[in-house]
Amino acid sequence: MTTGGGAGSSALAQQLDSAERAKKLRAFLLTAPLLLFLLLTFLAPIGALLTKSFVDTDLAAALPRVTKEIRRWDGRALPDEATFAALVDDVRAARSAGTLAPAATRLNYDVSGFRSLLFATGRQLPETLEAPARETLLAIDARWGETEAWGAIARAAGPTTSLFLLAAVDLKRTADGSLAGAPREEAIFVQVLGRTFAIAGAVTVLCLLLGYPLAYVLATLPTRSANALLVLVLLPFWTSLLVRTSAWIVLLQHEGVINSALLQAGAIAAPLEMLYRRAAVYAAMTHVLLPFMVLPLYAVMKTIPPVHMRAALSLGARPMTAFWRVYAPQTLPGVGAGVLMVFIQALGYYITPALVGGPDDQMLSYFIAFYASKTINWGMAASLSLALLAATVALYYVYDRLVGIDRIRMG
Amino acid sequence: MKTRATTLFIALGAALALGAAAVQARDLSVVSWGGAYQDAQKEVYFKPFMEKTKIKMVDESWDGGIGVLRAKMQGGANNWDVVQVESEELALGCEEGLFEKLDWARLGGRDKYLKDAAHDCGVGAIVYNFVLGYDGDKIKDGPKSWADFWDVKKFPGKRALRKGPKTNLEIALIADGVAPADVYKTLSTPAGVDRAFNKLSQLKPSLIWWEKGAQPPQMLASGEAVMVSAYNGRIAAANKTDKKNFRMSWAGSLYTVDSWVIMKGSPNKAQAEQFLAFVSDPANQKNLPPRIPYGVTHNAATALVDKAVLPDLPTNPANLKQSLYISDKFWLENLDKLNQRFNAWLAK
Repeated sequence: MTTGGGAGSSALAQQLDSAERAKKLRAFLLTAPLLLFLLLTFLAPIGALLTKSFVDTDLAAALPRVTKEIRRWDGRALPDEATFAALVDDVRAARSAGTLAPAATRLNYDVSGFRSLLFATGRQLPETLEAPARETLLAIDARWGETEAWGAIARAAGPTTSLFLLAAVDLKRTADGSLAGAPREEAIFVQVLGRTFAIAGAVTVLCLLLGYPLAYVLATLPTRSANALLVLVLLPFWTSLLVRTSAWIVLLQHEGVINSALLQAGAIAAPLEMLYRRAAVYAAMTHVLLPFMVLPLYAVMKTIPPVHMRAALSLGARPMTAFWRVYAPQTLPGVGAGVLMVFIQALGYYITPALVGGPDDQMLSYFIAFYASKTINWGMAASLSLALLAATVALYYVYDRLVGIDRIRMG
Repeated sequence: MKTRATTLFIALGAALALGAAAVQARDLSVVSWGGAYQDAQKEVYFKPFMEKTKIKMVDESWDGGIGVLRAKMQGGANNWDVVQVESEELALGCEEGLFEKLDWARLGGRDKYLKDAAHDCGVGAIVYNFVLGYDGDKIKDGPKSWADFWDVKKFPGKRALRKGPKTNLEIALIADGVAPADVYKTLSTPAGVDRAFNKLSQLKPSLIWWEKGAQPPQMLASGEAVMVSAYNGRIAAANKTDKKNFRMSWAGSLYTVDSWVIMKGSPNKAQAEQFLAFVSDPANQKNLPPRIPYGVTHNAATALVDKAVLPDLPTNPANLKQSLYISDKFWLENLDKLNQRFNAWLAK
């Protein structure tokens, strides 16, 4: 009996299991299109882009032999004759195949002047070598006799490089392989990353200070007037970001609305410089991001029964005490959601600071765009993106530990 | 339904066949910068060329970029014959073998042209300058040199320069007293680069930046800047179309040359060479400056140009002798490092 009963219950358990599995499978199949969509349009391209921060195959593709030979090099004295000969063969082959340009571009990122060194070498190489490769190359350009040039080739031999990732945090590798800070006058990205977080933080605080009272008023008003006011929040939310940023330019510029009004009223004698300053960036970004703070706050505040406050007051709490002890703690999930949404969006801002900020107000995204679209240096663009992403993920982790992501509510 | 599909199929086939025929006997295609400039070229060069030679040609426009030319050649479907390129694309493309080497004997010899307009792969089309511009209505006794550009006591207000190291390091050194001829020699040393950045730092509180050529005249007009570095053509255009009284100082101005090139392996090479000879003829070049204030490159052409437009012309000898050719050789080598340093300098 007992064994039979055991068999029966395990059969039931199996049936339950398979039913459960089928249910899970159905649920998964329903979400599969979305997962596939995310994979194809989001994860795969971003992943592919980020690999460009360390994958380095341009040189090996154009100069296959010398990039292989250089691996045997110790980095101190000049490489041996075989390496010189490999370079001669490679440059000659790359020149006739028309693949010298990407190699020259890659080497010039590391050492200025390498572009012309490579092309001049290609032009001047004789049809057949009459002297050893080393003598021939040294006769063409004395820089082939310096370890700096060979170090650049060794560092670019691939298949991976740390050049771009290190440059994204103002570091570089010297000829002997040790780490060094970028020259002071070229160091920039650590400072810009700090500035990016400072601006995003300031904008988040401003949004919270402005958005919290507004959401409170909206949540406590009768539904009809609250809805009317809510439209005022949503209308800018539905307006294009570019339009709203341009509106700030119209307001703030030298001969803009505010300056003309103040001049006419006689309040100022000369126009104020308001555009291309940090304050303009704060104002425009706060304006653009405010709805992302107000909406979750409003949604959470709507769910707090007004009787809580009334009960606290009737039990003798002062209004401020009742607010801080009873009301405010219940809004924290909304505050968490609003803060996270505003802050993470602000981190990636590009257009708004580019249009209303000055040169020292640009955030990291500006430099990503600079490398991606102006100088077409994908290695730097990907490295800076990775730096921003890593910093954001680290911050999200800290936030999760301190506040708890599961405590966040949108309403 | 079936008949419609069949008709469509036949039509498609016919179109493909026609397309193939068009590839075999393609008209000479000439590519330039579009806009008002290409309109002027049509009147001065393209139409007279077709009338005179009976060669059929089509003109297109592009926005530049060596990547576009590389893609055309690598794709193997290059449908451009003659292209107008900037000096940087000329240098890169010639190195990489994207362009045909020119037969200078057919163009009358290199010495007939401005020195910087005769290149292995390209013949100069136009010369234009980065000049110091200001509003003559607002400043009566205007700045005469880049040194005056730095004089914030005499000329208070913001100054606008092009965002990026190119042109600005040259301007800073000239303002600091380096003779134009020595600018690139100085910039080739670390101390020279430091000197240029130090000079820029002196003016930094008064500097604002432009990125598009249309901005400097707008900044002058709105009063946002009292002085700007600007393309000479933009300043002249603002005076002509918006009735402004902008002035230019040519002392220490920087010039560059856009050139015509023939794409490598062009099936219309013979016609392309005829085209280059036509647009390089001084009798034809002299007609361009009255329509648009760019200098022309044949030595004999400027003398034939209408005297009324001469003062605003980059190739007016009085202007040319005060200006410096922007060295592409220097910038191709050093732009990566100097971009980085400029960005760092700007962000501090």
